[in-house]
Order: sequence, then structure tokens, then C-alpha cells
Amino acid sequence: MAHPLRGAVAVVGFGLTPFGELPGRTHLEIMGEAIHNALADAGIDKNQVDGIFGSNFNDPLGAILYPEYFGLKNIKVMDSTNIGGSSFNNAMQDAAAALHLGLCDVALIAYGSNTRTATRRAGPGFGRSFDAPYRPRQPINSYALAASRHMHQYGTTKEQLAHVAVSARQWAQKNPRAFMREPLTVEECLKARMVVDPFGVRDCCLVTDGGAAMVVVRADRAKDFAKKPVYLLGVGAATTHNDISQMPDLTVTAVAQAAPRAYAMAGITVKDVDVIEVYDAFTINTILFLEDFGFCKKGEGGPFVAAGNIAPGGAHPLNTNGGGLSCVHPGMYGMFLMVEAVEQLRGAAGERQIEGAEIALCNGNGGYLSSQITLVFGTEATL
Amino acid sequence: MASQRAATFEGPGPDAVYYENLKQGKFRIQHCNACGKNFFYPRPLCVHCGSPDWAWIDASGAGTVYSTSVVRQRPEDGPDYNIALIDLAEGPRMMSRVVDIPATEVKIGMKVQAHIGELEKQTLVLFRPAGR
Repeated sequence: MAHPLRGAVAVVGFGLTPFGELPGRTHLEIMGEAIHNALADAGIDKNQVDGIFGSNFNDPLGAILYPEYFGLKNIKVMDSTNIGGSSFNNAMQDAAAALHLGLCDVALIAYGSNTRTATRRAGPGFGRSFDAPYRPRQPINSYALAASRHMHQYGTTKEQLAHVAVSARQWAQKNPRAFMREPLTVEECLKARMVVDPFGVRDCCLVTDGGAAMVVVRADRAKDFAKKPVYLLGVGAATTHNDISQMPDLTVTAVAQAAPRAYAMAGITVKDVDVIEVYDAFTINTILFLEDFGFCKKGEGGPFVAAGNIAPGGAHPLNTNGGGLSCVHPGMYGMFLMVEAVEQLRGAAGERQIEGAEIALCNGNGGYLSSQITLVFGTEATL
Repeated sequence: MASQRAATFEGPGPDAVYYENLKQGKFRIQHCNACGKNFFYPRPLCVHCGSPDWAWIDASGAGTVYSTSVVRQRPEDGPDYNIALIDLAEGPRMMSRVVDIPATEVKIGMKVQAHIGELEKQTLVLFRPAGR
């Protein structure tokens, strides 16, 4: 029997802000633009929203701030769980359950950030930490340690890491919204300024401003909305650690647990996936996730990306918007990868559209490779 | 009736005791009396089995580099430095710095030995290559 959440909810609207620099605007103002556009895309009034899902490092009590700030008068479900950049992917799981159980009828998931133009410096870590006193440059440092270990254990090279960045840039060149669209070569990546060895600056995601929001409803109502609905087919969540020193194996992420759960709920295998959207905070992420998804064996992610599999024209198109590496990364990227999946499955992705895309596989990453949320989205044809 | 309160729930917690031990020149980690395993970082319940029945033991300080990185700095901010993950001989893994050699010379698999040092006025466990 199919899982009760398979196809139970659908995304019926999304909204974005411009990506890049939005000077003089607070994160809530940026969030507001995204929410306005999402409600317009869904064709609903703000007071039809009765479930609010969103978090921000600035907003410890976000789920009561957002209804006040945006005047959402009929909120029944409040969720501002913060597990890092994957919070919004986790929120999709929570929203699906709340909608399915009838706790709410219209869920709004939203985020806005001014991390590029605000002057706040990142802190040494999240919460009480026995890693932080050593002054690792976080979050880069945690991912650099994972890359270092993967290179040692499997012979993964800096050239292979560079292919992840170059592929993302090639996709960004097809996306008018992307922040960085200039040509980029493997050689340029290898010559780039070192930040935390083994990472140079091109191994690291952008720091931009930007916002995104999404409207989610039960599937039985999805066709009442103007835009083509995109259905949630499966989801799986897992965490292995908070601080990187506590990650059991730096070469295996919690995707290895989350993805099989998502596939089982969706009733798919990796062979059914048309397009992949992952949280590429750093180049090693993409390699780790491809392995843990099962697109290649553990340790073979480097050669897999270097063979052009994920780039435009490749067999496994990944991060078709340009990803966190080249499109947008305002502190937390989880919303934006889901938006790209929705746009692909609507068939509305313009020059970067994957022809006939029916199933999108997503993975949100949070903390220091700490939380992983795998999501499978599909068109009506996949129900 | 509630069971008797475990002795390890009384007095200063393991977080405070760990740093106090360091200030007295002792690098100590926790040993679980229930499951026999060791754990680090300090916390009130064994991370393996959940028991509050644990005791402090002296760490040998012997370790192996599990992963390593180099934090690059602008010259005005100070020299580049190492950030490593060290697998202790007793089992647990911890973040630290391997010092006394260039940050880029720290290699995965390298045998290292702990010493207690100071970083930005905080007393911490640091490592240097074994036998030096």
C-alpha cells in the first residue's frame, strides 16, 4: 500500500525576490517580497494561509513573528524549527503531515535574507560547542574536513571538485536569475584563492541576498489553483551529528538514511529521476550526495562529476538553476532548490528546462553536513 | 518511587569539570561504567548507552589524525593555522589543532600526542606530532 503522504500535498505557488544584492532591506522585507509573489502565484489572499513554516538565524521565534509582521490572521500551525539550511525542506515534511491531518489547509513556507549586504559577521558555530574554541572557520571548515577525508580515502581530486563548480556555473549561464554567470573553467577554480584547504573560493557557495516562498495545499484542492501543481511524492529526514567532530564517518552523510526512506515513500528508484536539486554549499556536498543517493558507488562521485554527468547535456542534470555555488545562497539555500524543482516540473524553466521532466529529486543539507532532508517531487502524471 | 539520583548529576557538571581538569593540567575524558565505552565531548549521559554511571579517566593523549584542513588568513589577521579531527587512542574523536609543524604538513594518519596549551586565553588540548 502506498504511503499516505505520497502525493498527498502539492506546491501550488512560489515566489522569489531578485538574487544578489538588495541593499538597505531587512531580511523580513526581503521575505515579504517573496511571500507576496508566492501568494500572487497561487492566487490566494494572505488570510487563507493557516500554517506558517519558516526560520531564520535572526528569528528565534519566527513562527510567531511572521504572522504578526505579515498580518496572517488565521494561523493554526506554527513551525520555525531551525536545523540549518535544510529547515525549509524539513518544513515541507512537517507541512505535508499537518495538511494531510487537516491541522491546516494552506501552508506557507518562506525565507528571506540579506546576508550579502548586512554587515553581521558569522559566529564561530551554533550553540554550545567543543569544536568552536579551536576557531574553525565555520561552516567552511567542517566541509573542508569532509573533503580532505574523501580525498584521502578515495583519491578524489581538486580537479574533480572543480567540475562541480564549473557544472553549476554552466547551468547558471542558462538562468537569467543567477548571480554569477561569467564563464568559469576548472583551471580558474584550481588557481582561485585558498580559503580553508582543500577548498579554494570557487569550492564555496555564494553569499547573496534573496528570498523565496511557497504555498502548499492538499492534493484534492491542488487543481483549484491556476498554476500546474507539483506533488510531493516522498520525503525522508535524518541527522548524524551537530558538530563535525561528532560525524561518525566524514565520507557518508545522513542522505544514506534519508534517501531510501524518500524513495520508498515515492515508490521510485534513482533510475526514475529526471532532474536533481541539492544543497551545494560546497563542492564536496554534490559528490557526497550523489554517492549517498546511489547514482554511483561510494568513492566514485569525483569521476562521476568529472565525466560531465551533472552538467548541461549530461545524463543526470543537477542544480539546473546554478545552485548555491553560482545562482543564489542567502545564508540558507533550502527553499531555492525546491523552487527550482517546482519550476522544472511545471515545465517553466526556460533555456535550462529538462525536456519531459516528471520526477525531481531534492536534498536539503543543514548545519555541518548535519541534517539531510531528501524530497521527491512529481507531476500529476506520476501520481 | 523515583530511583536514587545518580551521583554524576550532583555538583558541577561535566562541561565545567572538563575545563577545570584542563586548568589543573589533566586531560580527562569520560568512561561509561555501564557499557565500558569512552566518550568525548563531556556530557551527563553516556552517548553510547545513555547511562549516567560514568567516571573520569586520564586520556593517554595518543591520537591519529582522521582529517585535516588549513585555515588561510590575511597576513594582518595572523598566520594560517591547522584544524584537524583527532581519533584518540581511547576511541572518541575530537577537533583540535596540530601545532609545532607547518599547518600544511599535517597529514591524515599521522600519529600525534596531546598537550595542554592555550588559545586566545582559553586552556585547550592541542596536539603535536608524536615523538617530538
